[in-house]
Amino acid sequence: MSSVQRVVVDGSIIATRNLIKLKRVPEVLVFVLISPIMFVLLFAYVFGGAIDPGAGISYREFLIGGIFAQTVVFGATFTGAGLAEDMQKGIIDRFRSLPMSRSAVLVGRTGSDVVYNLLSIVIMSGTGLLVGWRITSNVPDALAAYALLLLFAYAFSWIMAYVGLMVPSVEVINNASFVVIFPLTFVSNAFVPVESFPTALRHFVEWNPVSSVTQAVRELFGNVNPAAPVPDVWSLQNPVLYTLIWIAVILVVFVPLSVRRFKATSR
Amino acid sequence: MATPPQPLEVEPVLTPDDATPDPMIRARGLRKSYGDVRALDGLDLDVPRGTVLGLLGPNGAGKTTCVRILATLLVPDEGTVDVAGIDVIARPDAVRARMGLSGQYAAVDEYLTGFENLVMVGRLYGFDRRRARARAKELLERFSLADAGDRPARTYSGGMRRRLDLAGALVAEPDVLVLDEPTTGLDPRSRNQMWAVIRELVAGGATLLLTTQYLEEADLLADQIVVIDRGRAIAKGTADDLKRQIGGERVEVVVADPSALEAVREVLEQVTGGEVVVDGETRTLTAPAVAGPQTLMEVLRRLDTEAIVLDDVGLRRPTLDDVFLELTGHGAEDTVADETNQDGS
Repeated sequence: MSSVQRVVVDGSIIATRNLIKLKRVPEVLVFVLISPIMFVLLFAYVFGGAIDPGAGISYREFLIGGIFAQTVVFGATFTGAGLAEDMQKGIIDRFRSLPMSRSAVLVGRTGSDVVYNLLSIVIMSGTGLLVGWRITSNVPDALAAYALLLLFAYAFSWIMAYVGLMVPSVEVINNASFVVIFPLTFVSNAFVPVESFPTALRHFVEWNPVSSVTQAVRELFGNVNPAAPVPDVWSLQNPVLYTLIWIAVILVVFVPLSVRRFKATSR
Repeated sequence: MATPPQPLEVEPVLTPDDATPDPMIRARGLRKSYGDVRALDGLDLDVPRGTVLGLLGPNGAGKTTCVRILATLLVPDEGTVDVAGIDVIARPDAVRARMGLSGQYAAVDEYLTGFENLVMVGRLYGFDRRRARARAKELLERFSLADAGDRPARTYSGGMRRRLDLAGALVAEPDVLVLDEPTTGLDPRSRNQMWAVIRELVAGGATLLLTTQYLEEADLLADQIVVIDRGRAIAKGTADDLKRQIGGERVEVVVADPSALEAVREVLEQVTGGEVVVDGETRTLTAPAVAGPQTLMEVLRRLDTEAIVLDDVGLRRPTLDDVFLELTGHGAEDTVADETNQDGS
């Protein structure tokens, strides 16, 4: 077997193992999936009245694209926590003592978390539909939006995988990841329009990949007013391309970094 | 231990024997430090094919560090290790394919069933689905886990987890098996079961390196014993060799009435001609049994004529506990904590 084949086969064996755990302990899933629902309700009914996205778009229509982006970014924490937990347990010694691919544990973990992200996106869509969000574009565009979200989620999983390998215990992962996730999601156009930020922050918002992925899914779902102007920056004028570039960069940096870290870590 | 500690000539037996026939594990000059703590300080090991080496030592002696190096989980600071003639440091993957590891922290996935655990390990060894399933079934059967095979491992008892972990180590029928404290923390019944399983493996010709802090366990399972303390081998040999180093059998007499201690001491002195150790607390006296059972019989005849009432009497061979005390100057329990071994009892 070639080494690439080996990574895929071993990675899928590990992914299967992770999914069996989700099946046996669905409670893990329940609480993590409830949080995006809470965010939808919180912003739609609590803050929503105070925020005007402008351009003749209702806030709820505006909001859901942002919550999608936020959900997949937050969801990446699940990868970090799962990996940090594995690293604490004896099973990692079994894996290390086997003649398996050295990156399989990471490939398997990030792979099985695609299933988790898929679930959370489905739940999110359902919640969105309940509060009045609608897809007004066409099927190919909507599918492209979902695919982009999943790809972005996958790349972000690798960042959190790295964080999960760095932290000394599972308890640290939530705090450690929030340091990354909070500024990224809240200093973006996910919840409020770009124009509402002060100039100093606006540059960060405009080039923040969470903004571009939000902008991309809003456009692909048809949640923008075609007549309204998009902020005049390349990143938001070409949100899909810009997001894809980020995805590639994240993977190129964090896959080797995480794999190296995994190899170097000894319990 | 009653005899006063005397310096032992253990140096000669430590010279590595390069002529060891067909060594399956061969380690030279292993050193590993964690910061200021020297976990291994120049350890040599030889395990010939089809034999069992017991690595005996208290917590913190360096046993787990040694196992982790052999199992490719850790790279030593210095030294060389070969397993089945393969350099562990240069070609870890080749070694992994030929070695089975079972650690003191049972390396099983608690959410997977016993069967799923073993199938996963088989698949990761590169078995196809069918072969992995067949092997898993066979091993569950062999380790009396067939009935529990469909239950998640977190419902298993400590002993069952260890057996499942050992089964995991055997999936690919490895040439060499490394067991790190296989019975630490197990209740006596589970320990006996584990011993039975290991003895069966040994009878089947397995090459095995076993670490333990139970002297009885090393005595029972190992052909050769290396006693390690603070990262060094301090003695090496069979259980009998080690016992011989410490001196032969002793007569042990426990009197019913402390007032008889002096009379018994005189008898023992006259019969054995050796030094008599008296422990007033426990009303126990011991003396070298120069002629073995004959000495004991003579002592009994004399005590009988003097009509001394005894609580207990017998011939006692030194235990490996005595060996340890003699070699290190401290008992097997009296040690620092091992950085990788917090649950030693």
